[in-house]
Amino acid sequence: MAKLGKSLMGWVDARFPATETYEYHMSKYYAPKNFNFWYFFGVLSMIVLVNQLVTGIWLTMSYNPSGEGAFDSIEYIMRDVEYGWLLRYMHSTGASAFFVVVYLHMFRGLLYGSYKKPRELVWLFGMAIYLALMAEGFFGYLLPWGNMSYWGAQVILNLAGAVPVVGEELVTWVRGDYLISGITLNRFFALHVVAIPLVLVALVFMHLVALHHVGSNNPDGVDIKKVKDENGVPLDGVPFHPYYTVHDLVGIVVFLAAFSAVLFFFPDGGGYFLERPNFEPANPLKTPEHIAPVWYYTPYYAILRAVPSKLGGVIAMGAAIAILFVLPWLDKSPVRSMRYKGTQSKIWLALFVVSFIGLGYLGAVPADPVKTVLSQILTIIYFLFFLLMPFYTSMETVKAVPDRVTGGAH
Amino acid sequence: MKKLILAFCLLFAPTWLLAGAGGGCGELPKCDKAPVDLRNKESLQHGAQLFMSYCSGCHSAKYLRYERMAQDLDIDPKLVEKYLMFTTNKIGDPIDPKVNLKDQAKWFGNAPPDLSLETRFRSPDWVYTYLLNFYPDDKRPWGVNNRVFKDVGMPHVLDPLEQQLGPEEFEAAVGDLVNFMTYMAEPSRVTRENMGVWVLLFLALLLIPVYLLNKEFWKDVK
Repeated sequence: MAKLGKSLMGWVDARFPATETYEYHMSKYYAPKNFNFWYFFGVLSMIVLVNQLVTGIWLTMSYNPSGEGAFDSIEYIMRDVEYGWLLRYMHSTGASAFFVVVYLHMFRGLLYGSYKKPRELVWLFGMAIYLALMAEGFFGYLLPWGNMSYWGAQVILNLAGAVPVVGEELVTWVRGDYLISGITLNRFFALHVVAIPLVLVALVFMHLVALHHVGSNNPDGVDIKKVKDENGVPLDGVPFHPYYTVHDLVGIVVFLAAFSAVLFFFPDGGGYFLERPNFEPANPLKTPEHIAPVWYYTPYYAILRAVPSKLGGVIAMGAAIAILFVLPWLDKSPVRSMRYKGTQSKIWLALFVVSFIGLGYLGAVPADPVKTVLSQILTIIYFLFFLLMPFYTSMETVKAVPDRVTGGAH
Repeated sequence: MKKLILAFCLLFAPTWLLAGAGGGCGELPKCDKAPVDLRNKESLQHGAQLFMSYCSGCHSAKYLRYERMAQDLDIDPKLVEKYLMFTTNKIGDPIDPKVNLKDQAKWFGNAPPDLSLETRFRSPDWVYTYLLNFYPDDKRPWGVNNRVFKDVGMPHVLDPLEQQLGPEEFEAAVGDLVNFMTYMAEPSRVTRENMGVWVLLFLALLLIPVYLLNKEFWKDVK
């Protein structure tokens, strides 16, 4: 039997790099042995991506993408389709969970300098994934055709109207109609279920190919390929499979428990995962009292509102996202990990986290003069973290980086 | 390991932080707490009866079928057909009085909204407080106004019930009605919560071998 298996594998390998690919990415991919808690969020993003794709396919089977039928079909899924409520909540909770794990994954990158040479492309592909994810979330949010879906899309699409001269025509062109209608819904549906998922999957593939080409960073920011044994295996590395597959399983089970707790007991997320006005069908004549985007966009929404002019706000919001792309070239520090960077880097990272969470809160609540000033201060801090980075990272004193990883295996 | 579990719990913590923020209740500073208990079949059945008698003449609840209601609330379908269905004789039909919305808009100023999702749109507490806060007001066409929903088009439909029962029993009756409306907004909620317990139990059990497997593999890595 084993012999048969071996010869079959040989036959396949002569025609397709099955064993080679498996070894390159799994059994002979040496990952640093000192990964900590923060290193779970990459694999968790993959889990959530699969969850979104699978539940999304099943939801599509019962969803009706038309202005007349969309809202009804969601309730049909929730009530008449067997386990439809489960699929729908897995998808809606998954959307929020996706951003939770991606934000933590990105924070890990900031913490340990995972974007620095030679991982600039890993970071850039990752940022492209983040951008695609935001688009995916935006298009998907219109599909339930609730009143918040409608007015949320209205606010965001109108941002294109800030473009000088052609603004209004541009908005009409994007909507495909003179107001958001079934036509807009249909094109959003096409983008949400076909176009963006294709882009996402392709980008995730490239993110991983780039990562496995240069190797994983670690909490010490040490290059493990510098110290190898006689077989060319890094002394501080362990084969991804089985070591990190069994290790990730622990994180996956714990994550699934947290995810299930929300899904089964708080699927509304206190009105932040599923917003109350969305339990009323889209109504172009009735604006909800308070329009707020879903929580994962609120930091940028707060930046948009912090700037007094509409065009200025749109530019600031775009810049807040765009500046993340150039991060690898802003960090001039000779070391990667925050463990060895100086005090200034640590303070600025802490300030950045405070500003991001603060803006997230401010973008979710109605604006008032005090909150607007607060948003403006936090917006400035947000940008200063990046704009001053070339200076504070090159001027501060850094600690000596060890040759080998510290702390050993967990 | 403990650190890991704690950290994951913290992940979802911002949700609860934000969830605490709630506004007033119309002219009232705060909504009263509705006595929602979806496992109390008696209360739900009473609520269903009240809903059919007092609400369903004008309001639809078009996402709920009589049959589903009978099944979920343990009501004999024959009794539903005999006592609770006024506008159709097919038990598979949704709850819908089939009144012309344009006529209704003419009579009340606005067409009465569909109530299937009302408690998810407003919150059960809001609906409960609203139904308990009608007061006489001669300036309004129906002679009543509401502290939660100012100048609402709806008359105080439950007034005869309030006269008949007295304040305490009336409050309890409205509680049952809102309980039923909460069920109606998400009929699968009890199933969902029951299933959730089993899923979490399974994951807790699964964690044991997964944790030990991880420990076994890593014990030799220095």
